[in-house]
Amino acid sequence: MYKILKKTQFSENVFEFRVHAPRMAKKAHAGQFLMVRINETGERVPFTFANWNPEEGWIEFIFMVIGKTTECLSKLEEGDEIQDITGPLGKPTEIEGDSVAVIGGGVGLAIAYPVARMLCEQGKKVYVIMGARTKDLLILFEQFAALPLEELFVTTDDGSMGEKGVVTLPLARLCETDSIDSAFAVGPVPMMKFSARTCREHKIPIVASLNPIMVDGTGMCGCCRVEVGGETMFACVDGPDFNADLVDWDDLAHRQASYRAEEAVSKKQYEEDCACQK
Amino acid sequence: MPEVKYRPNIGAPRTPANEEPAEERARDFRPVDTGYTKADAIAEANRCLDCKKPLCMEGCPVGVHIPQFIEKIREEDWAGALSTIKADNLLPSVCGRVCPQENQCEGKCILGKKGDPVAIGQLERMLGDMADEVGEAPECKPANGHKVAIVGSGPSGIACAGELAREGFDVTVFEAFFTGGGVLTYGIPEFRLPKAIVKREIEGLEQLGVHFEYNSVAGRLFDAEELFEEGFDALYLAVGAGLPRFLHVKGENLPGVYCANEYLTRTNLMKAYEFPVYDTPIRHGKNVVVFGGGNVAMDAARTALRLGAEKVTLAYRRTEAEMPARRAEIHHAKEEGVEILELCNPLRFLPGPDGFVSTIELQRMELGEPDASGRRRPIPVEGSEFAIPCDVAITAIGTRANPFAKLCADVELNRWGLIETDEEGRTSNPKVWAGGDIVTGAATVILAMGAGKTAAASIKKTILGE
Ligand SMILES: Cc1cc2nc3c(=O)[nH]c(=O)nc-3n(C[C@H](O)[C@H](O)[C@H](O)COP(=O)(O)OP(=O)(O)OC[C@H]3O[C@@H](n4cnc5c(N)ncnc54)[C@H](O)[C@@H]3O)c2cc1C
Ligand SMILES: Cc1cc2nc3c(=O)[nH]c(=O)nc-3n(C[C@H](O)[C@H](O)[C@H](O)COP(=O)(O)OP(=O)(O)OC[C@H]3O[C@@H](n4cnc5c(N)ncnc54)[C@H](O)[C@@H]3O)c2cc1C
Ligand code: SF4
Ligand code: FES
Repeated sequence: MYKILKKTQFSENVFEFRVHAPRMAKKAHAGQFLMVRINETGERVPFTFANWNPEEGWIEFIFMVIGKTTECLSKLEEGDEIQDITGPLGKPTEIEGDSVAVIGGGVGLAIAYPVARMLCEQGKKVYVIMGARTKDLLILFEQFAALPLEELFVTTDDGSMGEKGVVTLPLARLCETDSIDSAFAVGPVPMMKFSARTCREHKIPIVASLNPIMVDGTGMCGCCRVEVGGETMFACVDGPDFNADLVDWDDLAHRQASYRAEEAVSKKQYEEDCACQK
Repeated sequence: MPEVKYRPNIGAPRTPANEEPAEERARDFRPVDTGYTKADAIAEANRCLDCKKPLCMEGCPVGVHIPQFIEKIREEDWAGALSTIKADNLLPSVCGRVCPQENQCEGKCILGKKGDPVAIGQLERMLGDMADEVGEAPECKPANGHKVAIVGSGPSGIACAGELAREGFDVTVFEAFFTGGGVLTYGIPEFRLPKAIVKREIEGLEQLGVHFEYNSVAGRLFDAEELFEEGFDALYLAVGAGLPRFLHVKGENLPGVYCANEYLTRTNLMKAYEFPVYDTPIRHGKNVVVFGGGNVAMDAARTALRLGAEKVTLAYRRTEAEMPARRAEIHHAKEEGVEILELCNPLRFLPGPDGFVSTIELQRMELGEPDASGRRRPIPVEGSEFAIPCDVAITAIGTRANPFAKLCADVELNRWGLIETDEEGRTSNPKVWAGGDIVTGAATVILAMGAGKTAAASIKKTILGE
C-alpha cells in the first residue's frame, strides 16, 4: 500500500499526488515512470515521475483525467492508499545540447514539465512550446510559466490562447533562428510526428517520449512495442525516449487505439456506478 | 503378523482422469481435470510393479522416490506419501499438473513399454492437494541470523526460499509484480493450474517466515551491492526468461496481434476475462489464430476459446509430432475444438478497414533434415502461399533472457544473455547464485524448482561452512 501524503489540484482535471515510497524516491530520475494499480480490479497504468525527495521518502506524479483509471485516481484524497506502485521503470531522459526546445501537448504536458524543470536545473537554455486543441485543454500553464525559461510559447488549434495553429510554427522559428541545439517532444502522435519532421528539415536532433499502452512495464509482455529505425523496441525498457526521427508514427498511433471501444465501456460503466452510489 | 507380499494388479487399465466435458469446460475458466479421488489413487497405486530398479525415478529431474510414495498410497498413509514426495519436490500440486510426465517419469515407467504407464502425475497432484487435509507441519531450524535475498517469485525463487527458510535463514523475496508465482501466476491459465494453489504455496512460505516484497524491480529499485550493504549475505537470481520473441513479419504490430505473454498476462494476472468488473481489457476474437506448438501456444489457444472465440486455429511450422507441448495439453486442446494447422508459417498480417488485423498470409512448409535440436527443419514450399481470415492473432514462438539480470548484479552472461553458473548455481560473483529459466533459457517448472533447491544447498554450504 502506498499512502497519498498530499494532493494538489492544478485545474479542473489535472492533479498531483505525493506518495510515500522511500525506496523509489532514492532511485527516480527525470523521464522515468512508475506504474499504478489503484486496487484489486484496477488496470496497470504508467505515469512519469514529476518530483521526488529521497530524504523525505516521497515521489510525486501529475496526471490528467481522461478515462476510468485517472478518474478513479482523482477521487482519492490525502491519507488514502494506492494498492500498488511499481518503479522506477524505463530509462532516464538524456538530452544533449545547451539550448533545448521542450514541446508538449495534451497529457504529454505532464511528462514534459519534469523534463523542462530538470533541463532548467542543469543550467540549459530551455524553450517550452505548449500545444492544445483549445485553451481548456492546456494544462500546467502556470507551472511552466514559473520555470526560468528562455521563452514560453503557447499554440491552440482554435486560437483561444496564444498563437493560433500548431506547435511546429514556433518550433520552426526556433530552428530557423538557430536558437536550439536539440528538442524533446511528448504528446499526441501527430504533434510528435510533425515536430520530428520540422527538426529533420533543420537537422536538429529530437528525442520523443513515446506513450504506447503498457501492461507490465518490465519488458515481459511486448504490449508497448514500437518500431524505431526498423527495429522492434520496448518503450518500457528501451525507452520511453527514442530518436524521434526514426519512429514509425503510424504504427504507434494504431497501437494506441487498440482499446478505444473498451475504454469507452469502462468509463461509462464507472460513471453509472458512481451515479448509483450517490 | 506375517508380511503379505504385495501383488500388483497386472493388466488393470490406467485409471482414467476425471475431466470435465470438453464442450462445457471450453467456455469458462474452471479446472479441466478435477483430479483423482482416494479410491482412484489406490487403484492406480495397485498397478505399480514396485520395480527393484525403478526406471520412473531415472526420468524424474529431481529424483522423487516414486515407488516409495506409491507404496504409501497403497497403505493409505497419505501424510507419509506426501512427505516422501516433498523431500524431493516442494511443489507437487503444481508439478503434478504441469510437468511433461510423458518425457519424464511416465515416459520411463516400465508399464509404458506395453501399455499405459502408471499415472504418476495424477498421484502426485492429488497428494499435493491433500496438504491441508493431512496437516503437514514443516519443521524449521532455529534462526541462524543470515539473510538471503531472492529476486523473482517463480517456481525457482519459491523453491530456493522454502529450502533456505527451513534451514533457518532469514529470506526476502523481491518480486516485480504485485503478486507472486511468476509464470505460474501470469502465464499458466486458471483452468490448468488454479491460482488458489499457487497462493497456498506462497502463504506456506510466509508461514515459514519468508518475506515477500512486491512491486520491487531489481536493477531499477535496487541492485545486488545495495542488498549486500543492507546486510544480505547472498543473492539468488531467479528472474526467468520472460522477454518475448517476435516473428518479424509485416503487420505484426497491428492491433489485434498479440504476443502470448501479453494475451496470457492480461487474462491470468489482470483478469481481463472479467472486464469491465476488472479494468484491463482484452480483444475477444471470433476467429483466432495462434502461432507456435509449445505449452504457451496451447494455453493461448484454449484461453481464446474461453474468451468466446468461434474458431481457434493453431498454426505450427512442423507437425503435431514435433510439438514441444505436453501431450495432455495437445489432447485437451483438440478435444475442446482447437484446430491444428500443420506445416505453415506466417508471411504477413493484413489489416481490415477498422485497422485491426483481419487476414493472415501463410506459406506451406515441408520437413527437411534434422537441425541442432534433433527435430526436422521446416523448409518453405515455393508458391504455396494462402490466406486465412482472423481477428485476433497470437504469437507464441518462445522467449529470451530477461534484460534486468545484468542490471541487478555484476554476473557473467553467455551470448544469449543468460546467466552463466556452475552445477551448484554459482555465478561469477561469489555472493550471487542464479537458476531457473534465466540460466537454462525457457524450460520447465520442475527444472526451475530443482535449480532453486540446488542453489539453496550451495548457499547454505557456503554461508554456514558445512
Ligand atoms: C511512459 C508513459 C508515461 C506517462 N506519463 C503520464 C503522466 O505523467 N501523466 C499523465 O496524466 N499521463 C501519463 N501517461 C498516460 C497515462 O498512462 C494514461 O493517460 C492513462 O493510462 C489513462 O488511463 P485511463 O484509464 O484514465 O484512460 P483510458 O480511457 O483507459 O485510456 C485513455 C488513453 O490512455 C492510454 N492508455 C490507456 N491505458 C493505458 C496503459 N495501460 N498504458 C499506457 N497508456 C494507456 C491510451 O492511449 C488510451 O487511449 C503516460 C503514459 C506512458 C506510456
Ligand atoms: C504460458 C506458459 C505455460 C507453461 N507451461 C508449462 C508446463 O505446462 N509445464 C512446465 O513444466 N513448464 C511450463 N512453462 C515453463 C515454466 O513456467 C517456466 O520454465 C518456469 O516458470 C520458470 O521458472 P523461473 O522461476 O525460472 O521463472 P519465472 O516463472 O519466469 O519467474 C520469474 C519471476 O521473476 C520476476 N522478475 C523478473 N525480473 C525481475 C526483476 N528485475 N525484479 C524482480 N522480479 C523480477 C518475474 O516477474 C517473475 O515473477 C510454461 C511457461 C509459460 C509462459
Ligand atoms: S517404473 Fe512404473 S511400475 Fe516401475 S516403480 Fe516406477 S511407476 Fe511403478
Ligand atoms: S509494457 Fe510489457 S513489455 Fe513493455
